[in-house]
Amino acid sequence: MKLLTTSAMALALLANAAAADGELVVYHWFEYMPAELLEKFETETGIDVTIDTYDSNEAMLASLKAGGMGTYDVAVPGDYMVAIMAGEGLLDTIADGELTNKGNIAPEWADPSFDPGRTHSIPYQWGSTAFAVDTAAYTGDINTTDLLFNPPAELSGKINMLDSQGEVMALASLHMDIPQCSSDRGQLQALNDMLQEAQTHWASFNSDTSREVLVSGDVTVGMTYDGFAAKARAERDTIKYAFPTQGYVVWMDNVVLLKDAPNRANALIFMDFLLEPENIAAVSNYARYGLGVSGATEFLDPDLATAPEANPPATAGKGAFIEVCDQETQAVYDQIWTNLKN
Amino acid sequence: MSANTDVKTYTGFRFMTILCLVILYAPLAVVTVYSFNASSSITVWEGMSLRWYVDVFVGPESAKFKQAAFNSFSIAIIAASLATAIATAAATAIVRGGRYKLRVPSLGLITLPIMVPEIVLAVSTLIFFNSIGFTRGYLTILVAHTAFCIPFAYLPIQARMQGIEDTYEHAAMDLYATKAKAFRRILLPLMMPGIISGFLLAFIVSLDDFIITNFVKGAGIETLPTAIFGSVKQGLKPNIMAISTMLLGLSVVMVTISHFVSKWDNTK
Amino acid sequence: MAGVAASGGSVAADTYAKARHWLLAPSWLVLGFFVFAPVCVMLIYSFLTKEFRGGVIWEFSFAAYDQFFFDRGLFGDAEPTLQWTYISVFWRSIWQAGLATILSLLIGFPTAYFIATRPEGSRAFWVFLVTIPYWVNLLIRTVSMKFLLRDEGPLNELLINIGLINDPLHIIYTNLAVQLGLFYSYLPFMVLPIYASIERYNFTMSEAAADLYATKWTALRRIILPAVKPGVIAGCILVFVPSLGAFLAPDLLGGAKNFMIGSLIEEQFKGNAGNWPFGAAASMVLLTMVVVILLIFARQQRRAEAQS
Repeated sequence: MKLLTTSAMALALLANAAAADGELVVYHWFEYMPAELLEKFETETGIDVTIDTYDSNEAMLASLKAGGMGTYDVAVPGDYMVAIMAGEGLLDTIADGELTNKGNIAPEWADPSFDPGRTHSIPYQWGSTAFAVDTAAYTGDINTTDLLFNPPAELSGKINMLDSQGEVMALASLHMDIPQCSSDRGQLQALNDMLQEAQTHWASFNSDTSREVLVSGDVTVGMTYDGFAAKARAERDTIKYAFPTQGYVVWMDNVVLLKDAPNRANALIFMDFLLEPENIAAVSNYARYGLGVSGATEFLDPDLATAPEANPPATAGKGAFIEVCDQETQAVYDQIWTNLKN
Repeated sequence: MSANTDVKTYTGFRFMTILCLVILYAPLAVVTVYSFNASSSITVWEGMSLRWYVDVFVGPESAKFKQAAFNSFSIAIIAASLATAIATAAATAIVRGGRYKLRVPSLGLITLPIMVPEIVLAVSTLIFFNSIGFTRGYLTILVAHTAFCIPFAYLPIQARMQGIEDTYEHAAMDLYATKAKAFRRILLPLMMPGIISGFLLAFIVSLDDFIITNFVKGAGIETLPTAIFGSVKQGLKPNIMAISTMLLGLSVVMVTISHFVSKWDNTK
Repeated sequence: MAGVAASGGSVAADTYAKARHWLLAPSWLVLGFFVFAPVCVMLIYSFLTKEFRGGVIWEFSFAAYDQFFFDRGLFGDAEPTLQWTYISVFWRSIWQAGLATILSLLIGFPTAYFIATRPEGSRAFWVFLVTIPYWVNLLIRTVSMKFLLRDEGPLNELLINIGLINDPLHIIYTNLAVQLGLFYSYLPFMVLPIYASIERYNFTMSEAAADLYATKWTALRRIILPAVKPGVIAGCILVFVPSLGAFLAPDLLGGAKNFMIGSLIEEQFKGNAGNWPFGAAASMVLLTMVVVILLIFARQQRRAEAQS
């Protein structure tokens, strides 16, 4: 038994030791990084990349606060989440000169409000969140948030929502034409009532299958990201991405350097790698979203610029970033979300 | 005895048994059959092929699954070995240790992991590791598996030991041996079938565990179940069916071994 | 599982009495430290304060239990009323697990009876057949079930081809799918204990009874069923308890909308909610329910032993 215990310990130590050298641990959205690009990074740098995935900004934050800090090097939060994470002290500061390719960041993304001066993050991809409709199964006007929140009878039970509090609440606020993070009690109550009613028509909450359920025809309307809608359209050409007249959510995902990163130097190498126009263009070609680096046009798939998912029609409402609520409003939002999901 | 009063046969019970077996095997059979499908769509049948088995070993996801398989098997072997050793010692104390106060509480503690719902065990382990600052990783999975495998290893060992009369050891000790010798030379060999069953049971339980592993695993460390779960979330793919079929085969082999080992009676 | 703790080995041999504490030490150490202590720490956590964006503050609070049982309105300042949100999640879980248990009993009892009345030599083979699927990874079995039940899956295809139905049955992502998944996950747990108690049953008595009563179905109900009741109850508990806290079947087959306890707890730790004290409190409520069920069962079991 002693022998057994010792050998067990030795083996366990061995398995752990392997994780210490030339490693990089990325906490990333699912289906957001082409395998070929990862391979390229690994061969170019000799760094072994481990990827763990999440399916919403909130889930990522919860997991990091639940003992995940110190085990990941970088994560890829959306705009508002970068601000929240910085406020929580979860992000490390990138000093001047630490990133060779920082100058590649496109001017319009170089100094965003969620990370002034880009001290914690670099741009990854940007896009929008609305919903896609299988126009073979539903022939009415699709460019209205009514399809999610006040659906016609024929769509009842044929709707999938993203399992993401921030995006659902923002889109619902646009639908009701109330400000995000409103602290007005009447508006919050109305928001809750509206969602409670709408919820009776939804089939499921799923982010990671939001494309799959549209392609398989399990649902007719699916809240999703523009890139996912484009990929769904490639598999079933009757799927159309909607740009509601009430407005839609826009976002930018960013690679952030986490505090206590076990492989900080490698994390910076990874960020520099993603600032190379050719590399980040490969992500866009795969994920079908926009990028925030200058000089990448020549590497981009020409279809991308003309894709209907990337070109809102004239009727489209304005795109809105998700706002960060104060603690009191957030508590009400959490309550509304809980009511919605149970 | 007329047919009417033959209480050993009831009309319909045979049918229900067959129905029961059909229900138990149908999903597994379907997945096994479809794992040999040549098509990359899971819905269309395009003829027999080993394509997806090849894909598991050399395909784009092969590195991930190989690492997951290594983690799964190494954890299962180490955890099951430790659990079996601990369980054997505990069974000896409980079955051969006379009557004493700690006996019943010990038994309660040992069977605790199978009485607490798995999700509760998962949550409490996560909270515990977090509050003592044990960083989640390979080691946390290993420790958690060792702990909850103990009752699974224990039960067959206890059952076996209860079936062995202590006259054998007494005879041995009367003749020449010390207690330690009697244990090693007499009791341990006699208990071997129970120990092997216990080990196999613990091994399979560790290999199968998803919920606890999912809670205590560290960044990027996957076992086969968590890797499979990650994949099937985005839709069932043929390569997952191939992996499932291979695991199915492995399970059948292990149960068969366990079945024959438990029937092996070496007390005669 | 409860029966094990209750009986716990009746042999009172004391060959290794001197070494018993040393022999028990490793299991006390490992289980005490990695199972018992964590449950205690979880109990403490359920009384802590939730931090704004996930995590806990070490301040004593009833907030988690308050949130579980009382509804204080959207803004947290209304008069507290009974909170139905979570009670209904628990109720749904009990209901789902209960239906799965009944379904397992309906199929499992005849199967166990049939096996136990086979000639002695072939029984082991039948038991073997029933147990094999249990050894297959639960995740894989659930995924297989999902594959089988899909709208365009093999089951619907078969039913349409043999002309039983015209349009595919929509089973996936419904309560029925979850029940089927739970039933399928734990069916062997129902068969085995019932089989064990029927196998021990002495049939001569009921044969005599069957001669007395009009039909053998009456004999089954009046004589055999009461005699094998402990096995039936054990089977029901072995299916009901794990179904109650199940996570995979509701998550994969239920479409993550019809929450069961397992998913509710999971979401507090890995999902959007990030409320640890609440997750710990919900776990404690679940644990308490299971312990109560097991205690009632253990008492019944002891009573049955005392009678016989």
